[in-house]
Amino acid sequence: MSEPTLKVAGLRTHFFTRHGVVKAVDGVSFTVEPGKILGLVGESGSGKTMTGFSIIGLVDPPGRIVEGEIRLKGRDLRALAPAEWQAVRGDRIAMIFQDPMMTLNPVLRVDTQMIEAVRAHAAVSAEAARERAREALVRVGIPSPDERLVAYPHQFSGGMRQRVAIAIALINKPDLVIADEPTTALDVTIQGQILAEVQKLCRESGTALIWITHDLAVIAGLADEVCVMYAGKIVERGTVNQVLDSPLHPYTRGLLDSVPSRNRPGAPLRQIPGMTPSLLRLPEGCAFRERCARATETCLSEPPLYPLGDRQVRCFHPIHAEDEEPVV
Amino acid sequence: MNLPTDVPASGTESPAIAVPAPSPTIAFGAPEETPFHRIAADFAASRIALFGLALFALIVLCALFAPLISPQNPYDLAQLDVLDSRLEPGARSGDGKQVFWLGTDDQGRDMLSAIFYGLRISIGVGVTATLCALTLGLTMGLTAAFFGGRVDGFVMRIVDIQLSFPAILIALILLALLGQGIDKIIIALVAVQWAYYARTVRGAALVERSKEYMEAARCLALPASRIVFRHLLPNCLPPLIVVATVQVAAAIALEATLSFLGLGLPITEPSLGLLISNGFTYMLSGKYWISFFPGVALLATIVSINLVGDQLRDVLNPRLQR
Amino acid sequence: MLVFVIRRLMQSVVVLFVMSLLVFVGVFAIGNPVDILINPNADQEDIERAIRGLGLDKPLWEQYLVFLKQAALGDLGKSFAFNVPALQLILERMPATLELATAAMLIAIVLGLPLGLWAGLKPDSFAGKTIMAGSILGFSLPTFWVGLMLIMVFSVYLGWLPSNGRGPTTELFGIPVSFLSWDGIKHLIMPATNLALFKLSLIIRLTRAGTREALLQDYVKFARAKGLSNTRVVGVHVLKNILIPIVTVIGLEFGSVIAFAIVTETIFAWPGMGKLIIDSINVLDRPVIVAYLLIIVTLFIVINLVVDVLYSVLDPRVRLADAKA
Repeated sequence: MSEPTLKVAGLRTHFFTRHGVVKAVDGVSFTVEPGKILGLVGESGSGKTMTGFSIIGLVDPPGRIVEGEIRLKGRDLRALAPAEWQAVRGDRIAMIFQDPMMTLNPVLRVDTQMIEAVRAHAAVSAEAARERAREALVRVGIPSPDERLVAYPHQFSGGMRQRVAIAIALINKPDLVIADEPTTALDVTIQGQILAEVQKLCRESGTALIWITHDLAVIAGLADEVCVMYAGKIVERGTVNQVLDSPLHPYTRGLLDSVPSRNRPGAPLRQIPGMTPSLLRLPEGCAFRERCARATETCLSEPPLYPLGDRQVRCFHPIHAEDEEPVV
Repeated sequence: MNLPTDVPASGTESPAIAVPAPSPTIAFGAPEETPFHRIAADFAASRIALFGLALFALIVLCALFAPLISPQNPYDLAQLDVLDSRLEPGARSGDGKQVFWLGTDDQGRDMLSAIFYGLRISIGVGVTATLCALTLGLTMGLTAAFFGGRVDGFVMRIVDIQLSFPAILIALILLALLGQGIDKIIIALVAVQWAYYARTVRGAALVERSKEYMEAARCLALPASRIVFRHLLPNCLPPLIVVATVQVAAAIALEATLSFLGLGLPITEPSLGLLISNGFTYMLSGKYWISFFPGVALLATIVSINLVGDQLRDVLNPRLQR
Repeated sequence: MLVFVIRRLMQSVVVLFVMSLLVFVGVFAIGNPVDILINPNADQEDIERAIRGLGLDKPLWEQYLVFLKQAALGDLGKSFAFNVPALQLILERMPATLELATAAMLIAIVLGLPLGLWAGLKPDSFAGKTIMAGSILGFSLPTFWVGLMLIMVFSVYLGWLPSNGRGPTTELFGIPVSFLSWDGIKHLIMPATNLALFKLSLIIRLTRAGTREALLQDYVKFARAKGLSNTRVVGVHVLKNILIPIVTVIGLEFGSVIAFAIVTETIFAWPGMGKLIIDSINVLDRPVIVAYLLIIVTLFIVINLVVDVLYSVLDPRVRLADAKA
């Protein structure tokens, strides 16, 4: 068995603010195999985006990776010098951001922005780079690529812009792509198209993909594996079928139950009571304790990540198949 | 279900004055803190700004208590002796009773006292003009934003035309028309500055107007004055505060410049600008102190205000809060 | 694009008309011209003849129309003090002011942009903080006082530079300029630096603020995520974004520099339009005041127009939106 494309172990990214230390990512571990898609699910503040930034090395001060191992095909990323990082980013690891309007520079042409991505990593002529840009646009399904190349970002629709961003991400055939909620800002039909294309591209080229989202529906059709994050930690991990069909963690269960289509018509919508805690004032023990109907005295101490078969869950009272009733 | 009887002044994503809204990069809630505390704390983070604030406070105190702390009343002719004129800093008066720490001018006036009195006038004129311009500009800006349409277009046309001409030109022409006098210079300063406030307020008000909490307030049929004063105004305040602070300094500087050119205050009410102007002719013969020290006082005033204004601007700028 | 320019031109003409009316009404209301122009000791007949001769007996609106007609023909009256056409007087002095203003603007841009960029990239470094402290001083120092201090240090104490006047001029494309000779530069450098100081600080602060804001934008993060070098990220992505608002501000500030030259010209006795206008205001030389205002207004309108066009050329979002419209 060859090296996994990405191995993350014990990642901790903390923010040292005036109000205190915010543990945005607090002990996260997972691996991603070539050609596989990992879904990273959680609400705002769960640490999922920060995990993505940590992997690509774009954590801005006052944040910092304080601990952990990040290996890309065995290579230790935390030991990289800034110049080496520049070589890795955009070439071996690429990232797609949430809002395509702001991620593409509004005053530069699309071809400029694509060509520079190529020429930053390979000594090719401008024409050759342009040709690759053109191919990349075709691959993501953008019609009349030659016209599009000389256009500016604001002349595109949201869906097109995101496709351009995806084209840029894939243009150097990276080993790993991190996609941070790339379809959240788009409407549902476009979302579906983009998901299908991304999935196809990854399978074809063996690129590993981490898809960060808060939307479980997206994960269902897309990912192979799922990690559910809450308050900076992974609370459940397993294959997508396992996690979505038989969730172990009460939070995952709550998330699933609150999706309207899973409720009976006429019955009141189920919600997880309470609110996500502020990362500056986390409750003692399990971070989900105050919102969980299954919490007991034991939950006052922090649960570790338990293996359960080939899955993992961070809970002293995980839900087993025998539990029929919803728990929140 | 009970509807709230009032809508909170800042919506969940109002950037103007609230705690930073959760962004995709960092999402955590800060502990309970009123906007004022947060602003004050952010402000105090810069020692330079605190220094500026302290310096300005000191200067204002000097100006307020000028008659009490000046060794001499420089405008009481009975106290002057022309034989004491153009003495160097540190010299003694002819009768040996006074030390002129900063020298004397061509009429025997103690520079230190003249500076204290001059500060009074400079700061007084600057602050008064700013307050009047603020009120006028605020009213016009809110009116334009609130009524929209043709009123807005008309007011903004005037603002644009006025802002495209430099302040000094407008002030010069007005003073040429109106003549000299402390009230006339205040009028000129107000005429020059109101447009800034009007534009700032109108811009902020338009942004706020389109926010959801304003629609909610209208749905609740709150009276217009309440909407404007309780909801619109507080959210327009931050940019206004920044502009006002900087404009006080600008007003003081403009008044000094106009006085220097001979178009500002009359000799009976000498501001620092006039003092500097008086000393101009003595520069070339080496009697620098007649212009130099009033200039330093003017500089200190303006710098301290700008230091404060700078930090306020950084602290209140929503786009720098991440 | 053409539609845009034509529309702006038409707006400008309207503004020009309005301004000419304001100028006319305003300036012609200064005092009673009869008292200023005509010797009050002259007998009544002479006074009335003079009044008719100057057209002062006609109603105000008629005077305005006459004024407009003559203005269109290029005649803005004769200076009372110099007895030469006011327009000619001003145009004679304009090159000096423009030279001073251009020199000042160049100094401000050439020094201001790099310094501001540095301060924006490294705001917490010693250099960054020093630059910012310097910029606060730069726009807090009253221009006229700095001028005085410059004279004191460089003319009185050090004797390096002349304290007033303009250097010898030579013709460049028909316009007299003084910077082509060393003596000319020695005369130019102090007033130009004095005038530049305020704008320099402004440009430093604008550039710094723009850079700081730009660096927080997503497209910078995305550019870094592509593995672009820091030079390219700043030099291309950030710079192109911040230059657009800065260029427009610089353009608009140029008009302000021309006006503010009044102060510098007074201190350094620089023979430009500014000194002329101060003297004219003091002696109430109406035709000169009117002519100056009209010329300044025209100048400003032209500058505004150029800046607008420049803005739409630089910012693709504006240019292409306009093309679609």
